[in-house]
Amino acid sequence: MSGGILFEAIVFLVSAILFVPLAKRFGLSSVLGYLIAGICIGPYVLNFVGSEGEDIMHFAEFGVVIMLFLIGLEIDARSFWKMRKTILGMGGGQLAITFILSYGLFLFLDFTWQVSVVISMAVVLSSTAIVLQSLKEKGLFDTAFGNSSFSILLFQDIIVIPMLAIIPLLSSGEPVVEISHDAHGAHEEMQTYLLENLPLGVQTIAVILSVVLVVLAGRYLFVPMLRLVAVTRLRELLTASALLIVLALAFSMELVGLSPALGAFLGGVVLATSEYKHELESNLEPFKGMLLGLFFMAVGASINFMMIKENPLLVSGLVFGIIALKAVGLFLVGTIFKMKMDQKLLLAVALAQIGEFAFVLLSFASQLNIIGQEALDLMLVVTALTMTLAPILGVLNERLVLPRVGTKQSARRTMDHIAKQQKVILLGFGHFGSTIGRFLRSYGIEATILDHDSNRVDLLRKMGFEVYYGDATRMDLLESAGIDEAEILICALDNPDTTMEIISEIKEQYPDLKLMVRAKSRFDAYDLLNLGVQNVYRESLETSIKVASDVLYHMGFRKYTIHQQAQNFIKYDEDSLKRLAEKGTADDQYVFRVKEEIAQQEKLLEQDLRRGLVDVDHPWDSQSVLKDSSE
Amino acid sequence: MKKILVLFAHPKFERSKVNKALVEKIWKKEGVTFHDLYERYPDFNIDVFIEKKLLSEHDVIIWHHPLYWYSCPPLLKHWIDLVLEFNWAYGPQGNALQGKQAFNVITAGGTREVYCSQGNNNYSINEFLRPFEQTARLCQMDYFPPFGIMGANGISNDGLIAAANQYDQLISILQEGLVPSVAGRCDYLNDIPQLQTVHSA
Repeated sequence: MSGGILFEAIVFLVSAILFVPLAKRFGLSSVLGYLIAGICIGPYVLNFVGSEGEDIMHFAEFGVVIMLFLIGLEIDARSFWKMRKTILGMGGGQLAITFILSYGLFLFLDFTWQVSVVISMAVVLSSTAIVLQSLKEKGLFDTAFGNSSFSILLFQDIIVIPMLAIIPLLSSGEPVVEISHDAHGAHEEMQTYLLENLPLGVQTIAVILSVVLVVLAGRYLFVPMLRLVAVTRLRELLTASALLIVLALAFSMELVGLSPALGAFLGGVVLATSEYKHELESNLEPFKGMLLGLFFMAVGASINFMMIKENPLLVSGLVFGIIALKAVGLFLVGTIFKMKMDQKLLLAVALAQIGEFAFVLLSFASQLNIIGQEALDLMLVVTALTMTLAPILGVLNERLVLPRVGTKQSARRTMDHIAKQQKVILLGFGHFGSTIGRFLRSYGIEATILDHDSNRVDLLRKMGFEVYYGDATRMDLLESAGIDEAEILICALDNPDTTMEIISEIKEQYPDLKLMVRAKSRFDAYDLLNLGVQNVYRESLETSIKVASDVLYHMGFRKYTIHQQAQNFIKYDEDSLKRLAEKGTADDQYVFRVKEEIAQQEKLLEQDLRRGLVDVDHPWDSQSVLKDSSE
Repeated sequence: MKKILVLFAHPKFERSKVNKALVEKIWKKEGVTFHDLYERYPDFNIDVFIEKKLLSEHDVIIWHHPLYWYSCPPLLKHWIDLVLEFNWAYGPQGNALQGKQAFNVITAGGTREVYCSQGNNNYSINEFLRPFEQTARLCQMDYFPPFGIMGANGISNDGLIAAANQYDQLISILQEGLVPSVAGRCDYLNDIPQLQTVHSA
């Protein structure tokens, strides 16, 4: 039952809007909401979506591609190097243990060794999409669990390359390409078209070459292109370029028969150090979210309940067996790396599902005729079921098991998180902001800097600053710059209207974020104070006083006295500013009040001066001291 | 000729005519480095490196300050806290100041009579200056009794001129080399025999 693309879109959107908030209401991750929505609209429940579910899945796999691009963007070579031990150690450990366990299981189940190898390769992989999505939702990235999950997933995402290279070696002799008749068969034949008839050695070289090509393209093609586009200051062009980059990467990878997701990941890593990182992120984020949601729904819809009905024991046995053996592998890795019990349990359950790459690996192997249609269908169902079950197990783990292990609260607050630098965001890197950035840097504090002048961004990056290009009025850009985790946001923008726009928006959405805001004039300062900003800095105040102080010094006054007087002056001026702001500037009383304030300030300063200008310290005269004490 | 470093600390120098008279006499003297701490460090941000270098280059260190609450103004205390570093000024390897001479030049509202066991302040100036004395000793310096302008608020013009001349003369004597045994016999450096011939002229 289907009627046109509009109807289908409506079905998907409605089910997402119904089920995801419902899942969130019960404290479940959105992934589970999407999966359940998919099952409901699928052929076995409401039957809104039929066999075209698999087409949609293929389309939606592009969400995974974008996600990997975004993950790549997060990992520049430096942090990659820092994490090398956990990535290699945990990832490699997980791979080895799980692979051996799974290989044994499938051999035991009377599969041939080639099929067992291919299936085990798929089983080793966990779902980056599901795990990262729920890590992000729960804000667990900074925990030992979050870190190790990320490392393992990253290792898996990388290990897919050699896996895809190994699979053709498993086919005995010439690969027999069986053109399957389902919807994506023809599509996949296209993928291997370029390399199909080449010997294996040449294929390997082609794979390496294409990786090198991606790196070169990132450096010498994408960045100049983005620079060119950035100059136009048209936001939609940047979105278009971001999409173009990902599509081009995916397409060229498919052309040589590699996983498009991996190409995207590589491209992301290459662009991670570019100044357009944040712009790319915020442009692609909505696409990723939508497509991933669609992907999860398609997975839900593609679960073949007929297969379950026919082989209930085999399917359920495999599902639970695989989840169990993956959990055991992860738990062992956690033990080797000395993780705490609750973190180990979280890790073991969170990554226990088979990932989306399994679809890619398995259909690739089936296309090479290594694995038969029946085994393929079986594994696809099992994969989809583990993806659905794992989040549920995660909830059970969190609600029932972890409270009994009972170290969760304290484990979340280990030294690592406290020691992790507080995040500071600096908006605007002109003359004002750059001074702030430079001084912070002298303390070893690297603020995340946003600036909208691409030429300046280029220049400053050459000077070694970490500056990103973007329009700070966009909340999504601020979000990808990490406003969620930021402790302090400094607004050093020149235009008062822009400042007001941004600050009122931020004040509304992030009331707890500490704001430090530049004000051009006294009047801008009033507006900001009335918005509830505590820390307002008039750019003219301290410099003018510095000038006056130096004038006084050159006239022969003592520096220490001038210094104190200047401090007092600033204090009075800021006090009066705050008092005036409370009264508001809109009414006609304002002029009168300014006069009143000036008079008051004059009085205060006069008192101060008089207090300081006493000629002789009479109280310390011998006679008066003697007199006082004799009384 | 010994080199003299005058570490002058007065937060209200512009309002002290006594110190103005004293400083005017000596600040341009040859072989004297007049170091005005409150002018140099209005924000109390003392440059320890430069201060240590200055100390190394001089033989006689004079802490010139008004007596505030029986002690020195805060910037001078801050200077002592920061500059006299462990293993530089004192401690096992701290020999940088060894053999140098140090003393206080003070201006005080109270007279000599107020600062004695029978007086209103109960203790003598020398007793109040014990922390400086011990500081100098710990840094292996010879500590002299203070040169004091006592009862500074009520001092006559002639008295002030005489005191300033004495200060000037004292510096010259120090440049020639003052023997600790001579200095140590008096409560005030004002009283050493060499200064008794100095008049207001």
